[in-house]
Formats: sequence, structure tokens, C-alpha cells
Amino acid sequence: MKALSIQDLSKQYKSGVQALKSINFEVDQGDFFALLGPNGAGKTTAIGILTSLVNKTSGSVKVFGHDIDNALSLAKACLGVVPQEVNLNLFDKCINTLVNQAGFYGIPRDEAKKRAKYYLEQMGLWEKRNSNARDLSGGMKRRLMVARSLVNQPKLLLLDEPTAGVDIETRRMMWRFLRELNQQGTTIILTTHYLEEAEQLCDRVAIIDEGQIIENDSMLNVLKKLKKEVFILNVNQSLTKAPIIEGYETSLKSPQEIEVSILQSQGINEVFAQLDTLGIRVISMRNKTGRLEELFIDLTNNPPKETAE
Amino acid sequence: MSPQMISMFALMRKETSRVLRIWVQTLIPPGITMSLYFIIFGTLIGKRIGEMDGYPYMEYIAPGLIMMSVITNSYGNVVGSFFNAKIQRHIEEMLVSPMDETSIVIGYLAGGIIRGLFVATVVSFIALFFTELNIKYPLLALLVIIMTASVFSLAGLINAIFAKKFDDIAVIPSFVLAPLTYLGGVFYTVSLLPEFWQTVSRLNPILYMVNSMRYSVLGTSDIEIMDGLLMISGFFILLLSVAVYLLKKGIGIRD
Repeated sequence: MKALSIQDLSKQYKSGVQALKSINFEVDQGDFFALLGPNGAGKTTAIGILTSLVNKTSGSVKVFGHDIDNALSLAKACLGVVPQEVNLNLFDKCINTLVNQAGFYGIPRDEAKKRAKYYLEQMGLWEKRNSNARDLSGGMKRRLMVARSLVNQPKLLLLDEPTAGVDIETRRMMWRFLRELNQQGTTIILTTHYLEEAEQLCDRVAIIDEGQIIENDSMLNVLKKLKKEVFILNVNQSLTKAPIIEGYETSLKSPQEIEVSILQSQGINEVFAQLDTLGIRVISMRNKTGRLEELFIDLTNNPPKETAE
Repeated sequence: MSPQMISMFALMRKETSRVLRIWVQTLIPPGITMSLYFIIFGTLIGKRIGEMDGYPYMEYIAPGLIMMSVITNSYGNVVGSFFNAKIQRHIEEMLVSPMDETSIVIGYLAGGIIRGLFVATVVSFIALFFTELNIKYPLLALLVIIMTASVFSLAGLINAIFAKKFDDIAVIPSFVLAPLTYLGGVFYTVSLLPEFWQTVSRLNPILYMVNSMRYSVLGTSDIEIMDGLLMISGFFILLLSVAVYLLKKGIGIRD
């Protein structure tokens, strides 16, 4: 059984905007799935339909086999959701936020309290349990929303830009936690602007643009489609102009940094070999942009608005 | 207990504890407002009026003032709480969960009823400083308060469902609720009005609520008590159906 099965899903808003144009994709149980796309591509609309916050225009959605048209409650019981925008009751205590949410999922109060404690501890918020949500920092609010999404122990967790606007430490902590959660069997769907995040965490990826799925494959296969990668090489000497490396496009980024474009068909060994003959040693190297980011730009002709860190 | 019952009780608990948590906003203002009504209309002006329908004026208006605060506060409680949940978007906590629409309605209803009951208690206590409050039919009075609070909680909920901005939750209380309440026989018996206006007054649902309460307390009323109870029950069923229908359709809460 698929964790999620979406068929011919379309959404046209009253304003006339066609947010989704008959999209199809499936997510296997246990997947860590990235749903990527530029702003306004339809990611949040898709998540909204899954969680019943947005009414679909046509198509079908099944969550663990439960069709949202005739078994919505069963479908919802399988889901946890972390929305893009903060949607906490800002005047409620953190502990109450979780206990109430568990209650809405039909979890008895004693059990709800235990789970609230566990997930607040997991998210490093137990000390803040009696603070109102409005008194939390932005990163803490995000963590509280993640904790809230887990109190019903969902089989499928939907994360809509979960780390937007949080500091690096919090982001890394959340990545670690989500990896563990996925390894324990929770299927996760992640939408994110931070393509590094998707590349680090997800094993499958769908790219959505202008309401259509334009790519849907394993992360490995998707990255194989990269036509070219740009690397920055740190070298052991100061240069005044970029060295000529036959067959490769190079430029000087700074006196000790060479930018080199490498096509998929080319290897990188040749670059090192030619630099060696020129007496230039490479100390370190890095991608100019994330590999997924390169591909994203290739596919959508639309550079992401924000980049990772 | 079934999951649906648990979720309904979770919301009921949340909404009723909200009333107590913000008691300075929910219970004190009606106490102050009604004290002023008792002082001005009861003590100062009331003395010159003398009797109304055979009762000292202060005693006559006390049940109406209790009902007036129940109406305003039960309505205000639900319209405020639900609209805030919409604006802050934490209504999504309920919408993404498997709880059904009827449970959501009943949860908010509980908050409105509890506030209505607390406010009725506060105002009744204040009334004791100004007049005797010998309640003739206490259980009937309780029933009338609960039913009226339910009707106006539902009305507040429907207002909040449609509301898109803060103005939208202020318009109905100011332009509909206040006139209907003041013209609903809180301060006078409709028998004082010309026949035409007596007939018009009978179209005002609040007249039935105020007079049902007056009957429960004093044993006198402009309407038959059964008419009053039927009218309130009718409104309750109508508004309950509308509220559940609107939530099921997702009007005002889903895109």
C-alpha cells in the first residue's frame, strides 16, 4: 500500500488561479520525499488538499489507502502537518497546545499529557512548557509546531518549509530528528526552498512548477540528470589570471579560488592532472551551488528565491 | 469513550477554561455594565417610574438585565474565540484533525454557555444589592439561560464563520443585537406599546427570551412561557443546523 497516492489532482481557486494542473505522484511507505518548486508552484496547495484545508477541484487523494472523499477522518488520523506559516494559538501555553492537539485526535488526556512531555523534550522545549507561544523565538515556534504535528504519532508527516527562517543550529537539530523519525518508519514529505535540505534528507524528489510535476524520481537519478556542475577550487598560490585547463571553462573567483565548470560527461580527475602540470596544488574544493540547485535552475529556469545557509 | 467524544470534550475544556483564564475580560465588564444599569435605570430613574406590570421597576428589569448580559456575552465569547482562531490560524489545529464539525460546534457552544452561566451568576449577585431576587422557578430560569446562551453562541459562531475582518464581528452586535435587545422588553412591558408595535415586537426573538426569564423569576410575562420555550428551541435547532452545515461545507474556513 502506498503512503500517498495522488491522481489527476487539480485545483482552481475562485480567483481563477489554476494552482494544480492534474498532478500525479505516489509516495511509498518509509520514503523521505521532497516536493520542490519555486514560490507559487502549487506545493502548499497540494499540502492543503491533503490536510483538507483546501478543497480540491478534481482528482483523487489516498492516504494509506483512505480516500479523502469518503474516508477523510481515517486519512486525517494518519497525518501530521507542520505548516509554512506559524499557526499557533499565541496566547496558549506550549504544553496546552500539544495536549489539546492530541485531544482533537481523540487521544485520552492522560496519554496526551505523556506524549506532550515526550515531544516537548524531543524538541528541547520542555523548559518552556508553561510559556505562551507568543513568548517563544521564531525557531522555538517552529519546533513547537513540529512537536505538535507528532502528538498523534502520524504515519505520514507533511512538512511545509519547516526550517524557513530558523538558525543553522536549529535546522541541523531538526534534520537530525527528522532523519531518526524516518528511520523509525515515519513517511515524510518535505517541501522546502533550501535545496541542500532536500538533497541531505530526501531519497525521492518531485519537482513541481506552475502546477505541474516536471520531475519525479529518486534523488540519485534526478541528480544524474545534472548537465553541468560548477566547482570552486582553493589553490596553494595566489594567481593573477585563471589557469587554462584544456576542455574546461575556468575563471578566477579570487586570487586563490578557481571556478571551473565540469560537464556531466567529463571527469574531475583531468582538472587536477592539468593543474598539477602547471604546478598548482588544490587544497580544497566545494560546489558553487548545491547540485540540486543547479538542476532546479535547469528544469524550472527559475532560480530559487533563497539558498541554503 | 470514542475518539469523537474525546475530541469534543478536549475543545469544550479548552473553550471553558479560556473563559476563566481571561476572567478580567469575560466576567468583570458585564458586572460593571450591569451595576451601572441597576444604579441608573433601577435606583435613580426607576424610583420615579414606580411600578411596571405590578412590580417595583428595579425588580421588573432585573431578569431582563440578566438576560441581556447572557445574550451579549455568550455571543461575544464565541464570535471572539472562533474569529481569533481563524485570524491566528490555529483553527487549523482542529481542521487537520479527524474531529467532526458537530464536535467543533458543540465545543464552542460549551464556551458560550459557560460564559453565559457565569455572567448570569455575577449579574444576579449584583442585583441582590439593589433588589430582592426571589426566583419563582429556579430550574426553568436555568433552562432559559442555557438555551438562550446556546442560541446566541451559535449566532456568534455563524457570524465568526463569515467574518473576514474585525469590522465584521463588530457590525452584528452593534447594528442587530443591541437594537433587538433594547427593544426586546428588557426595560418595559410591550403592553405599553400601541397594538401595531406590540405585533412588531412579537417578531423579535429576544422578546421571548427576556420574557421567559421574567416569567421564571417573577411569574409574569408578556408571552406564554410555552411560546417562549418553543421559540428559543426553534432558533436553537435552526442555528445549530446552519452552523454545522457551514462548517461541513468549509465556508469561511477552507479555500
